[in-house]
Amino acid sequence: MTLLLGAFTIGLILALLALGVFVSFRIFDMPDITTDGSITLGAAIAAVMLVNGINPLVATAAGALGGAIAGTITGILHTKFKINSLLAGILVMTALYSVNLHVMGRSNVPLLQAETLASESAAVGAAVIGADNFHVLGWRVGAADAAVLLFSLSFAALIGWGLFWFFRTNVGTAMRATGDNPQMIRALGANVELNLIFGLALANGLVALSGALLAQYQGFADAQMGIGMVVWGLASVIIGEALVGSRGLGLTIIGAIMGSVLFRLLVAVALRWGLNPNDLKLVTALFVFAALVLPRVLGNLRKTKASTA
Amino acid sequence: MLSITGIRKTFNPGTVNEVRALQGVDLEVEESSFVVVLGMNGSGKSTLLNAVAGTFLVDSGSLHLAGHDITKWPEHKRAALIGRVFQNPFSGTAPNMSIAENFAMAARRGRSRGLGWALNQNLITSLRDRVATLRMGLEDRLDNAIGSLSGGQRQALTLLMASWLKPSLLLLDEHTAALDPKSADQVIALSDEVIQQDNLTTLMVTHSMQQAVNLGDRIIMMHRGRVLHDFRGAEKQRLRPEDLLDCFEEIRRREQLDESAAGMLDALYV
Repeated sequence: MTLLLGAFTIGLILALLALGVFVSFRIFDMPDITTDGSITLGAAIAAVMLVNGINPLVATAAGALGGAIAGTITGILHTKFKINSLLAGILVMTALYSVNLHVMGRSNVPLLQAETLASESAAVGAAVIGADNFHVLGWRVGAADAAVLLFSLSFAALIGWGLFWFFRTNVGTAMRATGDNPQMIRALGANVELNLIFGLALANGLVALSGALLAQYQGFADAQMGIGMVVWGLASVIIGEALVGSRGLGLTIIGAIMGSVLFRLLVAVALRWGLNPNDLKLVTALFVFAALVLPRVLGNLRKTKASTA
Repeated sequence: MLSITGIRKTFNPGTVNEVRALQGVDLEVEESSFVVVLGMNGSGKSTLLNAVAGTFLVDSGSLHLAGHDITKWPEHKRAALIGRVFQNPFSGTAPNMSIAENFAMAARRGRSRGLGWALNQNLITSLRDRVATLRMGLEDRLDNAIGSLSGGQRQALTLLMASWLKPSLLLLDEHTAALDPKSADQVIALSDEVIQQDNLTTLMVTHSMQQAVNLGDRIIMMHRGRVLHDFRGAEKQRLRPEDLLDCFEEIRRREQLDESAAGMLDALYV
């Protein structure tokens, strides 16, 4: 049960990563590798501030802000200096590796003694329930675990709702059009370059927020923790689209959150069944590859079948 | 209203691909006049429209529109004054967004976009009425993605979007060239109606002599990045498609003469 709760909690925390990737990849149509660096940056900034006794909310917000700045830089490289979007992301991601090491001062910052959002919500949970454990449908559930899960859920829901709200405002609608047809929205008076920079800042802010929360949940920040995270986010978004379809903004946002949780659960189950953890990234990459290619292959198959029939 | 003074534009200067697209264009367009721009491929007519729209900045010369010097304005700033319909029906609308959302963006053309709801009831009501006048049955499909519509429907909607907030200048860049003849006729009729109704100042590029003769109150004919002919007033009203074809034939002959003369000089002296 603890394992399941843990998988749910991490899934919900990484849902913010998935939402960040959703914003850059689906709304602005730009797969952004800055993600790999900014998730670590968010974790690093939050961890260092927490170790120094700063309020966890402030530390988490600072981590998110760091990611937003990283995204802004990628956006400026792409729009103002006309660097290919993938390359701009790679440059910033590479630079962030050094930045992250400087922020942390070493490659790993443990948070065992520090007061974090995770430890605080666990304490609140234990106080409210008044016992260390309680029972749900015959399962014994740790009060602390349940509280952290609830906290992650409300965080993901809040951010998801915020995005749903924002992307239906006048500004947000123009942002979506920036990814859909930049020529059109430029002719209607929107500054496409500024929109893109903002979009990447928003996306990487969400990713870094996810990193800050993840560090607090797992109890450390690590220089390597960002490797492959953009693919992880893509996998979540794609699973979400398979679950709810890609029609409608609200559904796709909910889908990304659900996709993240489901993907984390799948991974937990696969690891439990003996998947070598070293193969995890390979399997994730293969999964995203299949998810990107399969629809087209199936479509072609259907067409050839129809033409031969 | 719109005054274009001596604008020049050279693409890829100093390379083998150098194109002198505009070589000193002067044009005064009065308020509420409807100017049809004709010319052969490569004559610079679309480049002229793009120069006005701000797709690129001109190398020299100046552009004034509605009392503003817009020569250095970026494209998105000029959009406050200019409505546009492109040649490609896919260019003017966001395919994965609904008809209503597309219009919500057009309703803020060139204005600040705050955190207010993009779709409000007022907009949807007036939108439904306006779209119903197209008689395409689209008023019941406002929530459908625009990408699911035909090219003709998309151009008609783009035209309504471009004129939703009355623009100081409407630019139509061969906006029926990619449509089937029936849709093209519909969109042309709609264009004329919209332009008459709001007295819009309009520049329209076309390849169709028939459209040029039927529409507008002035025809300019471009050649090699310059304005070659300018028919207006009674002269424009008297023009028939054959007269315009004669003009093109004359240009073609002069072109051949130039070439053969150049060839002769080449043979004699080089």
